[in-house]
Amino acid sequence: MKSAAFAYHAPAAVGEAAALLAAHGERARVLAGGQSLVPLMHRRIERPEHLVDLNRVAGLDRLEAGPEGLRIGATARQRQVESDPAVAARWPLLAEAIAEVAHPAIRNRGTVVGSLCNADPSAELPSAALALEGTIVAAGADGEREIPLADFFTGPGETALSRSELALELRLPAPPPRTGSAWLELARRGGDLPVAGVAAVVSLDADGRCERVRLVCANAAPVPLDCRFQAEALLGAAVDEEGAAAVGAAVAAAAGPVDDYQGSAVERRRVLAVLVRRALLLAAERAGGRS
Amino acid sequence: MSEPGRISIELTVNGEAHRGEVEPRTTLADFLREELRLTGTHVGCEDGFCGACTVHLDGASARSCLLYAVQAAGREVRTVESLAGPDGELHPLQEAFRRNHGLQCGFCTPGMLMSALELVESRAGGDPPDEGEIRAAIAGNICRCTGYQGIVEAISEALDDRAGTAE
Repeated sequence: MKSAAFAYHAPAAVGEAAALLAAHGERARVLAGGQSLVPLMHRRIERPEHLVDLNRVAGLDRLEAGPEGLRIGATARQRQVESDPAVAARWPLLAEAIAEVAHPAIRNRGTVVGSLCNADPSAELPSAALALEGTIVAAGADGEREIPLADFFTGPGETALSRSELALELRLPAPPPRTGSAWLELARRGGDLPVAGVAAVVSLDADGRCERVRLVCANAAPVPLDCRFQAEALLGAAVDEEGAAAVGAAVAAAAGPVDDYQGSAVERRRVLAVLVRRALLLAAERAGGRS
Repeated sequence: MSEPGRISIELTVNGEAHRGEVEPRTTLADFLREELRLTGTHVGCEDGFCGACTVHLDGASARSCLLYAVQAAGREVRTVESLAGPDGELHPLQEAFRRNHGLQCGFCTPGMLMSALELVESRAGGDPPDEGEIRAAIAGNICRCTGYQGIVEAISEALDDRAGTAE
């Protein structure tokens, strides 16, 4: 199908984009990569009267790794982030998760920030970015504000952004030393959204004991499911098979996955238990390997 | 350019400057096919799934059904029509598809070629990718004839030929 008619705006600056959103509010949508929005517009599930294209805003495609962390601009492509050497070295979880997103031609256009704003609880990037403790920088008519991802996802397809705000960038803090991570998922076919997915980040102390852990599951709840509480049972000891399996069981019990054509809720809980165990063990192994 | 009317765009397609007037909702695929009469780019699902409409935008593969033509203003588009030479001599990748029975009905072929081209060009002079990488590169292109084996063999041969030329 073809999109319904809309007015196209290609602002050259953030202020101009924010003013357009302030003026058109609910009747406007923001276009970054368009790999989720445009299909919805073709199917006329989305029928914005105004489309605000961020792709002509200079500098929004920035990808900057520094001592404090990583900054990913709103139009930085998934492919660009995935193939960046600094990302591979310091935020490998992100590169690993992006590699599972759709296919090369989609990742050439699709953006990391756009995927977060799309807030699909089954998608890779919301869970991975939450496990990396990201923060969204949003711009509105009144200026900028920071929204930690822990407060960002409010429901399927819903975020803390108001309709007159746009997400400018994702910031990820620098991970502590002796940190390892893993993204694991089960999908029916490569490139599909996962039946279930797990992001694990484990930091070890100098003696190899778990000092810090972050665990987030995709397609386990209406939002990326933060399982830090269950994972913190691992603190203070080496991460072993038994401990990781216990966290997996606790996560499976806490999760509220959907029943759909890709898998039943029962199957998803089983898959989550296995993926959590494997992801924690792999993250801990990687944390040890790079100390 | 803020009213829902037609917008003038200028863009480069296969090295030639083009100008057109489009509604904002016109996809790049429809613009290429219906305005420029470059019907080599096929439209299958119009939903981003099938990959038949794959072109290159500023050197990177992209779904032309998920781009509005206005987004391509000032940019460089490359379609399957750029592959063959002026007298119709086939591109080495097209030759390899022909030799390896890499097409049956031909509907997916333009997208397959443009996805494969990105892989071939990104690997010029490097290590040839293994079969898994070839399959990953075309995983977003669906062949309803299910003729994947010949397609993978064709791409593999094109990559080998390239490696041979580089030596």
